[in-house]
Amino acid sequence: MKYTVQIVGVGGQGVLMASLVLGNAAMKAGYQVAMSEVHGMAQRGGSVLSTLRMGDDVASPLEAAGGADLIMGFEPVETCRNLPLANRDTGIIMNLDPVYPSMVAAGFEEYPEVDDVIASVRRRTSNLMTIEATNIALRAGSAVAANAVMIGAVAAIRGFPLSKELLKETLLETVPGKAVDLNSSAFDMGYEDMMSKN
Amino acid sequence: MADILSNEGKQLLLGNEAITRGLIEAGVGFASTYPGTPSSEIGNNLEALADKAGMYFEFSVNEKVALEVSAAAAASGVRSFVFMKHVGLNVAADPMMTLAYSGVRGGMLILTADDPSAHSSQNEQDNRYFSQLGLLPMMEPSTPAEAKEMIRYAYEVSEKLTLPLIFRTTTRVNHARGIVTMREPVGMVPRGRFEKDTPRFVNIPAHARPNRVRLLALMEEAKAVSESSPYNFIEGSGETGIITSGVAYTYVKEFVSGASVLKLGFTNPLPERKIADFIRGKKRIIVVEELDPFLEDQVLRVCAQNGLDVPVFGKRSGHLPRAWEYNPDVIGRLSSVADVMEHPVPLAPADILLPGRPPALCAGCPHRGMYAATKKAVGGRDVIYCSDIGCYTLGIQAPFNAADYIICMGGGAGAAGGFSETTDQKPIAFLGDSTFFHSGIPPLISAKFNGHRIVMVILDNRTTAMTGHQPNPGTGRDFGGRKTEPLDIEAVVRGIGVDYLETVDPYDVKRSAEVMKAALECDGIAVVISKCPCPLELKKLKQLEAKHCRVDQSKCVRCYTCLRMIACPALVKEDGRVSVDETQCMGCGMCANVCPKRAIEVIR
Repeated sequence: MKYTVQIVGVGGQGVLMASLVLGNAAMKAGYQVAMSEVHGMAQRGGSVLSTLRMGDDVASPLEAAGGADLIMGFEPVETCRNLPLANRDTGIIMNLDPVYPSMVAAGFEEYPEVDDVIASVRRRTSNLMTIEATNIALRAGSAVAANAVMIGAVAAIRGFPLSKELLKETLLETVPGKAVDLNSSAFDMGYEDMMSKN
Repeated sequence: MADILSNEGKQLLLGNEAITRGLIEAGVGFASTYPGTPSSEIGNNLEALADKAGMYFEFSVNEKVALEVSAAAAASGVRSFVFMKHVGLNVAADPMMTLAYSGVRGGMLILTADDPSAHSSQNEQDNRYFSQLGLLPMMEPSTPAEAKEMIRYAYEVSEKLTLPLIFRTTTRVNHARGIVTMREPVGMVPRGRFEKDTPRFVNIPAHARPNRVRLLALMEEAKAVSESSPYNFIEGSGETGIITSGVAYTYVKEFVSGASVLKLGFTNPLPERKIADFIRGKKRIIVVEELDPFLEDQVLRVCAQNGLDVPVFGKRSGHLPRAWEYNPDVIGRLSSVADVMEHPVPLAPADILLPGRPPALCAGCPHRGMYAATKKAVGGRDVIYCSDIGCYTLGIQAPFNAADYIICMGGGAGAAGGFSETTDQKPIAFLGDSTFFHSGIPPLISAKFNGHRIVMVILDNRTTAMTGHQPNPGTGRDFGGRKTEPLDIEAVVRGIGVDYLETVDPYDVKRSAEVMKAALECDGIAVVISKCPCPLELKKLKQLEAKHCRVDQSKCVRCYTCLRMIACPALVKEDGRVSVDETQCMGCGMCANVCPKRAIEVIR
């Protein structure tokens, strides 16, 4: 068994934290793990991609284009931008809350309508699942828990090789003590939301 | 989550965490660096825990000094470790080339973190050639786990050969993450004594000549070590032989089948006998390595010297590229000569226009204010923006477009002098506080000495921000049980004696623009120090005052001066209306400062 998750988003959204949780859970499940992260200059408000590969015998920290089993998209435009990481069978989870690039915020560039982004992805694949992670996190208590919502959503994906219990346990070990309750409910709400769509 | 000090168990570590752990397990007593991506996290880890491991660690003023302090530690019998990004080794090359002649007593590793694809760099030079240029042994790990294990072995090799060893990593090792098994550290020698040996450690010509002969003899010994090294090993069998090193090995291992693989971890000197034996009887040889044909050209030589008539495929045959990092897709280019795994067909790119998201100066970044002030002061003047290496390089983007010439650390200030002598354009050199100390002082002195007419803007944000907020001489150090006084940049510049010197608060864009105007009119050397701490650093230190800006819509006339001048990511324009994204705003007030209608207020 080999399974690749491509986690895409914007610096500051918790992409690295989410990949660390998935990676540690994979290690606990007894899999080999090879990951690759983006640090440094490329991080400053820019697009972020984290690759997580797990399985019985993985070595490469990178995956081929089209090789992803799952794309965990923290942001609509970044998910759309990275479609070629997926193939026709790849599951795609897309958070619908945009983070505007600085040139868009300043009015120099246009951010597409989120509905147009969704339609564009659907023209390429029938495996898109959308989630309003930030809204759900706000209901759980704070927008900062959006990545816990996303991890909960991943736990609900059919065929995902790590159990819900293991993911949740690893998440709660990773977050600071005072944030355990928030992340716990955010995880559950993300899981429920995705189960209802799956 | 990572517990680098733990002596047991398995952990999922970043390459740079695994390397840090490797130092502890190898009993390294002394480490030094100048921060540079992709090696920076090693320094941040050591800043936090070197003293807990009984190790001395410092951020040196630049890579040259970092190498020199580590050389002295190793000469005194203490295992030392100096690390830097690839271009840092250019700065440290001067001491390294002669250190090879003297060698070391305690083991010494020189880590160079190369950056294929130049993710965070100005070039993608292949530093493996330094091992041949300097006559030094070299090792290259493929994964975080191997990096940690290899470090302990590399120290044994360095001590056996009495030579420093180049430990070459790449971004996909430093910033890869993998499962690492923690081991008990070996005993550490934290202090030593320098036993004098003048012919060895003083390379006057009379000593350098025999020392070169000695070094060549040591490299012959190194060949034998390489031949028997467990890090040069063969896996699998087949008529096709693949010779590979570094992270490229992991792509070969997973995505090529039916071949015999010679994986090289000890890559200078190469195990030439082992390579010749490997090639003998094979139908074809493929060399898979990132960047330049370092292994491949030597493999071709080994073939020629051993009368081996086997086709060698790789870069010279046109199958594999010399530019940019490899990945599983690049390995696919070998399908005509090897059994390469096929990947599923990727989805086509999206059919709608997506906005770009290049890295940008952060919300509230003081550099934004200084660039806005400079643009205002420059007006229609014909200037050349000589920029440098740091966050402020991002001033290249709109609306500032304030980077016309960049070479290297400190390079903008040097180039400014050349422009001042050969053009009628006014050169303005931007450089950061850490870069000023690293290599910005000599060009300023040279400009004074030669009478250049330049403007130097020192963007002093009180930290080495781009690489992850390391301290520098301007902040003083306060870690590892040692506290030192900050060095005053203004006093340093005044000591050199320039024609115009002013320190400004870049959040006061208007005043900064007036000062820049005066600096531009100065017919000599003008230095402007833009002094304001990086808000991200303040946030980390929990010293950031909670405040934010708000646009009073009744006063806003939608002139968009704030957007045009500052373009802060916290300013949002929607349906013609400008507002502030409070989740991003730092409340610095730069936008309020430039608003002609005083429509923006700072709320505390």
